[in-house]
Amino acid sequence: MAKSAKKLSLSKARAKKRPATKAESAKRKAPKRRAASPYDAATLKQLSTDVARWRKTTLAKSLEKMPTRKAAFLNDSGIPLPDVFTAADRRGERLEDLGLPGEFPFTRGPQPTMYRSRLWTMRQFAGFGGPADTNRRFKYLISQGMTGLSTAFDMPALMGYDADHPMSRGEVGKEGVAISTLKDFEILFDGIRLDQVTTSMTINASAIVALCMYIAVAEKQGVPMHLLGGTIQNDMLKEFIAQKEWIVGPRPAVRIVTDMVEFCARHMPKWNPVSISGYHIREAGATAVQELAFTIADGIGYVEEGVKRGMNVDDFAPRLSFFWDVHNDFFEEVAKFRAARRMWAKIMRDRFGAKDPRAMMLRTHAQTAGVSLTAQQPYNNVARVALQAFAAVLGGTQSLHTNSLDETYALPTEEAVTIALRTQQIIAHESGADRVVDPLAGSYYVEHLTDEMERRAFDYLRRIDEMGGIIRAVEEGFPQKEIGESAYRFQREVEQGERLIVGVNAFKSASGASNIELLKIDERVAQEQVDRLQAVKRERDPAAVTACLSKVEAACRDEQQNLMPPVLEAVKAYATLGEISDVFRKVWGQYREGGIF
Amino acid sequence: MADRKLRILVAKPGLDGHDRGAKIIARALRDAGMEVIYTGLHQTPEMIVSAAVQEDVDAIGMSIMSGAHMTLFPAVLELLKGQKADDIKVFGGGIIPDDDIPRLKAQGVSEIFTPGSSTQDIVKWIQEHIPSRA
Repeated sequence: MAKSAKKLSLSKARAKKRPATKAESAKRKAPKRRAASPYDAATLKQLSTDVARWRKTTLAKSLEKMPTRKAAFLNDSGIPLPDVFTAADRRGERLEDLGLPGEFPFTRGPQPTMYRSRLWTMRQFAGFGGPADTNRRFKYLISQGMTGLSTAFDMPALMGYDADHPMSRGEVGKEGVAISTLKDFEILFDGIRLDQVTTSMTINASAIVALCMYIAVAEKQGVPMHLLGGTIQNDMLKEFIAQKEWIVGPRPAVRIVTDMVEFCARHMPKWNPVSISGYHIREAGATAVQELAFTIADGIGYVEEGVKRGMNVDDFAPRLSFFWDVHNDFFEEVAKFRAARRMWAKIMRDRFGAKDPRAMMLRTHAQTAGVSLTAQQPYNNVARVALQAFAAVLGGTQSLHTNSLDETYALPTEEAVTIALRTQQIIAHESGADRVVDPLAGSYYVEHLTDEMERRAFDYLRRIDEMGGIIRAVEEGFPQKEIGESAYRFQREVEQGERLIVGVNAFKSASGASNIELLKIDERVAQEQVDRLQAVKRERDPAAVTACLSKVEAACRDEQQNLMPPVLEAVKAYATLGEISDVFRKVWGQYREGGIF
Repeated sequence: MADRKLRILVAKPGLDGHDRGAKIIARALRDAGMEVIYTGLHQTPEMIVSAAVQEDVDAIGMSIMSGAHMTLFPAVLELLKGQKADDIKVFGGGIIPDDDIPRLKAQGVSEIFTPGSSTQDIVKWIQEHIPSRA
């Protein structure tokens, strides 16, 4: 301890003599101090005595008359919860684990001012039908005060199939916007200046094609790629763990991701090339602790791959962003955001030797839990979404999507998505959540949960390291099995009535589902997509397409080459998403998962 | 032969990868004493019907979240007919709007379970409605 104090004074002395380098300012901002407790020993001792007395007298007397409703209280991750926390439970608390906003370890938030300077980005995920349908929804949402675009793609696009592929039967434009060629991207962003908005694209296995199409559209608008701001999800590890949309297996998939990380670090300084996502892991049934652990493990996996290529962590890690789910257990969710920031900061500094604070700072998007919505009494979902969104804001998210009440049935109608957006606006402008940074800090309960989640998640990380890292663990199905167990346990608790879900296994209404209006995707969309695809194929230069695709193939076979430049050339020649994905399949083989349950 | 266990193929057709429901159902049916074969993800109707015939199952349970149910259920029923295997019952679940349920039943789907159905409801329905073909 004395040694680190000395180091601090040294760096201070040096800073006086000459302007500080970036690394030195990072060190100064994150001083290593003596572990200091905010509570003095005598007060805590007295408090412990008082609590013991209270248990024997006041509490015991009350329990005689009114026993607790349950023998034990656990939170949703199975963390045991006592009846009350006091300062005495925070005896070991270290001030440096909390820090201050905008400083290591960022427990209290990535920015010093948080929402006092800038509210979180209200980013509603949208995409359905053909690109013109989604373009209209984008323009509507912008007119309603949405501050960032977020694109949902249809299943064929996500799995690397064109609209006319047999695997695309019945799926074109159903769960997101249908995209096969650059032509579709031109329509999707028609009339939206790409240097005026930031865009998030939720696409993974075929992310490289989507990013290249976005760059190509911007170029046509006269916007160079270094001005483009946004995020592409591009988190393949969580696909194998949870969402299960893939083209090729884990190792080549991670190679493509790393190519994109490398390319963006050089050419797209405002772009987040990976959004390391807990959302899908949680939706597949993980607990909050598992979501935290497996997501951070995925992040470690991507950083390791970048480092293996010889990249400096400070050059690419500042652009890695995260994406959390926000579920119903309010306090646990707030704690999860805080624990995640602290874990990532420690890992980046201590494991990877990052020097730039931005490389240690976890920035995140969040989405309310789709899996928590109920088909029964769907208007209750508005209340669930509001509570979850409030937790995300108190947890300090940078951007948020709120789900619509009708999403257990279909993609949201315009009315439903407006209520979801208004929920965020009410939190921002009416609840007071924007006024004080990290408002739940210092709550004995929230701080306890933050510590406990971090401890449990680090336990998982140790197990994953022992297996040889996350890629290995995913190949062995470890996270998948852990999540499957949690999902089954949750379902059993619901069916045995140990866990109540309003409107589902308690407080049921006779009528069941409400008659809510649903968005229907017209079957004409598929035909229009196929027609446009065929028109593009007739008009393009086939020799140029063939030449571009063989360059993509050559780059696939040569680990020394980055795939971004040849894929960008290919999309500009109007090679289709399916054709480029077919090259990946040809080189690496179509990935399949066995039917284990 | 009368006490042959019911054999159920749990199938995940189409492109969507949301297999939480399918896996929970598969486990619940197995825990209820049935023999369960799970196809894994991203199956075409052809792959599902071929697995059903090869495995000699009594019923196929399909889970669809992607909105492609009006295409995929009829495709499986049609292929079963073509293979003269339409004594294999087809049921399903997932995100299926109420309006579509009578249309699917009219085409030959035996039952549709919507979100919130308990695994016990499904087990009970299978025990009451799916006769062993053996």
